[in-house]
Amino acid sequence: MSLLDVSDVRKYFPIKSGVFFQREVGRVHAVDGVSLSVEAGETLGVVGESGCGKSTLARCITGLYDVTSGTIAFDGDMRRDVQMVFQDPYGSLNPRRRIGSIIADPLVIHREGTPASRRDRVRDLMALVGLNPEHYNRFPAEFSGGQRQRVGIARALALNPRLVVCDEPVSALDVSIQAQVVNLLKDLQTDLGLTYVFIAHDLSVVRYVSDRVAVMYLGKIVEIAPGEELYERPRHPYTAALLSAASVADPDRQRERVVLRGDVPSPISPPAGCRFHPRCPKAQERCTVEEPLLLGDGHKWACHFPLEPGERLQSRPVDE
Amino acid sequence: MSLTDAAFEAEPVHVDVVHGKGPWRLAWERLRRDKAAVASMVVIVLVALLALFAPLFALITGHDPLTQYPSTALTPEGLPVGPGADFWLGADSLGRDLFVRLAYGARISLLVGLSATVLATVFGVVVGLLAGFYGGWVDGVLARVLDVVLSFPYLLVAIVLVAAVGASVPLTIFVIAFFSFAAMARVVRGQTIGFREREFTEAVRSLGASPLRIMVIDVLPNLVAPVTVLASLLIPTSIVFEATLSFLGLGVDPRTPSWGAILADSTDFYRVAPGLLVFPAVLLLLTTLAFNLLGDGIRDALDPRR
Amino acid sequence: MSLLEVADLRVTFSTPDGDLRAVRGVSFEVEAGQTLGVVGESGSGKSVSVQALLGLIPGARVEGSALFDGEQLIGMPAERLRRIRGARIGMVFQDPLSSLHPMYSVGRQIAEAVLVHRRVGKEQAWAVARERLEQVGIPGERARDYPHQFSGGMRQRVMIAMAMALDPELIIADEPTTALDATVRAQILELLGRLGCALIVITHDLGVIADMADEVMVMYAGKPVEKAGRRALFHDPRHPYTRGLLNSLPQGKERLKPIEGRPPSLLSPPTGCSFHPRCPVRIPRCPIEEPPMLGPDDHPDACWLEEGR
Repeated sequence: MSLLDVSDVRKYFPIKSGVFFQREVGRVHAVDGVSLSVEAGETLGVVGESGCGKSTLARCITGLYDVTSGTIAFDGDMRRDVQMVFQDPYGSLNPRRRIGSIIADPLVIHREGTPASRRDRVRDLMALVGLNPEHYNRFPAEFSGGQRQRVGIARALALNPRLVVCDEPVSALDVSIQAQVVNLLKDLQTDLGLTYVFIAHDLSVVRYVSDRVAVMYLGKIVEIAPGEELYERPRHPYTAALLSAASVADPDRQRERVVLRGDVPSPISPPAGCRFHPRCPKAQERCTVEEPLLLGDGHKWACHFPLEPGERLQSRPVDE
Repeated sequence: MSLTDAAFEAEPVHVDVVHGKGPWRLAWERLRRDKAAVASMVVIVLVALLALFAPLFALITGHDPLTQYPSTALTPEGLPVGPGADFWLGADSLGRDLFVRLAYGARISLLVGLSATVLATVFGVVVGLLAGFYGGWVDGVLARVLDVVLSFPYLLVAIVLVAAVGASVPLTIFVIAFFSFAAMARVVRGQTIGFREREFTEAVRSLGASPLRIMVIDVLPNLVAPVTVLASLLIPTSIVFEATLSFLGLGVDPRTPSWGAILADSTDFYRVAPGLLVFPAVLLLLTTLAFNLLGDGIRDALDPRR
Repeated sequence: MSLLEVADLRVTFSTPDGDLRAVRGVSFEVEAGQTLGVVGESGSGKSVSVQALLGLIPGARVEGSALFDGEQLIGMPAERLRRIRGARIGMVFQDPLSSLHPMYSVGRQIAEAVLVHRRVGKEQAWAVARERLEQVGIPGERARDYPHQFSGGMRQRVMIAMAMALDPELIIADEPTTALDATVRAQILELLGRLGCALIVITHDLGVIADMADEVMVMYAGKPVEKAGRRALFHDPRHPYTRGLLNSLPQGKERLKPIEGRPPSLLSPPTGCSFHPRCPVRIPRCPIEEPPMLGPDDHPDACWLEEGR
């Protein structure tokens, strides 16, 4: 069995309205039938644009959200062994509490150790993530964004978890600081044998940290493959479009023609058939009615008309 | 270079203090630099001293606040005497010592202002925290209750209550608290909803923390700032509220010296004895102004980015 | 003469904790039709420096000189500055939703701008509005729609249409793509790339710079540290900060090379070169003396290490 098995998980958020008795007037299909597994010791990257459901998926895996349907099986105690690193280094630490007590939270809530032993453990954790243990009594406001993210990482490691779900752990940080935190996460993985689910919208960071990468679009995984395979030979047109639109700091790169028109549709009423069809340059009649399944071996994609390896995605003839 | 400069030079600047300055300490330091706030604190302390030492003033002047001194306090024509050595701020129409009465009135004003504020704050925080944290039907019901409270005609209610149970200090405090807590509850509710969605509460929730723990340890400390600000602004409102009720004879027992009651007494005599109107009015104005300025100062000190 | 010539711009904020010197001497020029990229991390002063010269930062003390087509912008009466800002300099911000009025249709907002600055009738103003919207890829009939009826990318298009309303000579885009998704970001960059007027793009994203800047200014702690043409900057970065920035980007599977330490506090910036506490190649002179911008006119940088300094 894998360390984590997610099978056909769906998470819908009701949209309510009304003064006294709230009626459900619609549903956000945030995660809509996601299956994946994560092996011990690997890093699974999850990429996608806003509204694709990647953060919701993270919160389902860590138990913050109850799933609407489907199952999440974890080989261990989920509350202890699955921990999360949050995106916002400013929002994820309580501004009115001292760093030491924030990092000790998991220990206190799980009734682990004595106050003295917890204090020692917190100091060890702070040293482990590159913080000065002497700063135990400081408040979050006295730390920079990168240091706060280290505090968040120390908190996530307090209970010696096996799986750490990182939800956009570096996207709020400056480039030079991003690299520090990414290196720290990599080193901790090697030293502690951690497994990561690494969620981000920055494709180059995900490529660097991940063994395998899943691409999400409107609540579904459209493609999942070993990292290099996905970046070099994308099969789903959306993956190809995302890669071509990525920000690359290379002045000699030919500016790619924009291959995708329009925005991501609303997850409240996702398109029928393949959810990507309204924007897809390769869409045909079949895509509008029949939803493609995520199929393949190792490299899976959900598309009726996938790209051949090496094929470049052509933009659709102008239809604006 | 002066001596103090030299002392500063010798003392290395501690940029890297190990015991970090907490948000409260920083706020206090900012507040101390705020001249208006410091002046307000001085005024408030003076009023508090006035209240505290009211019996002492009665002793020194030899004037009881409730006793009438017709022989010394009233002129042969029956008009109250003006300020002087015997009656520091003059006497009122019934021949009582205005200064001593104002000092005792300060007791009532501060007692009612602070008690009503504490009561309203406790009640408002509990209601707001529960409504904001649990949301759903709890929130729905509590929000409607608050709407009803806020739309009550408070003077009418006060008149009815006084008619029913008679004027008293506890009743005044209760009436004021009842009509003030809704504003507090609304603010706390809004803030709590904000904090409920923040990642730091998600972080402890993902660890399996209980709702009570999240409310008390993670949300409540963050409410201290807005609650302190609102509470410091509720005090002057309550003081004015009490004065209003007493002025109308709906507050504390009319014989008790309260600023509102003293003002009410002055209405017939202010032409001949303007001090009767001016002194209590100025005292009331200064006190409420000081509390308001202090409240503004606290708000700025707690949130310097504004 | 350049279209915009900024010399020794300084912006200071008074805070309860002391003076915060957000911009500490910035000089640059923008030629007509040219795109200047201003890149830096948070706190580098990249945004503040450009917004300050347009009078968009109330409460700040702004010093220095900024000649726009020969006219001094610093100290210009607010009303006059406002007219220039509306008509001759357009602005595009990171968050279009907060820059658009929620109660008016987008067409009306563009038409109003035209009416304020041009002597035209209402009909003509609306015609301009529809034309501008079409230019940014929004069908003219959507002019009657309100901002909330547009998606994030479409709103940013509306912002660009509004900035373009009066054919400005210069458009300033402050993190125009930061709030947008990758696929939408590409569309907006393409659109900005074919505007034709002079453009200042302020961004933290080196990809945006690589994509569209002609000239680049790299800022750190309120000062420019390097200026170069786009290709020169990426192929021959000179300042240690620029090099560090480029090195810290992921390149395949190679271990990342971050810049150690963290950006300085602008309340008490380091002495000498403000980058020296983080600099891997600092020399004894760096903490003592502040390096000026030195080197060839087309590629100066502020570092003592270059030969012959």
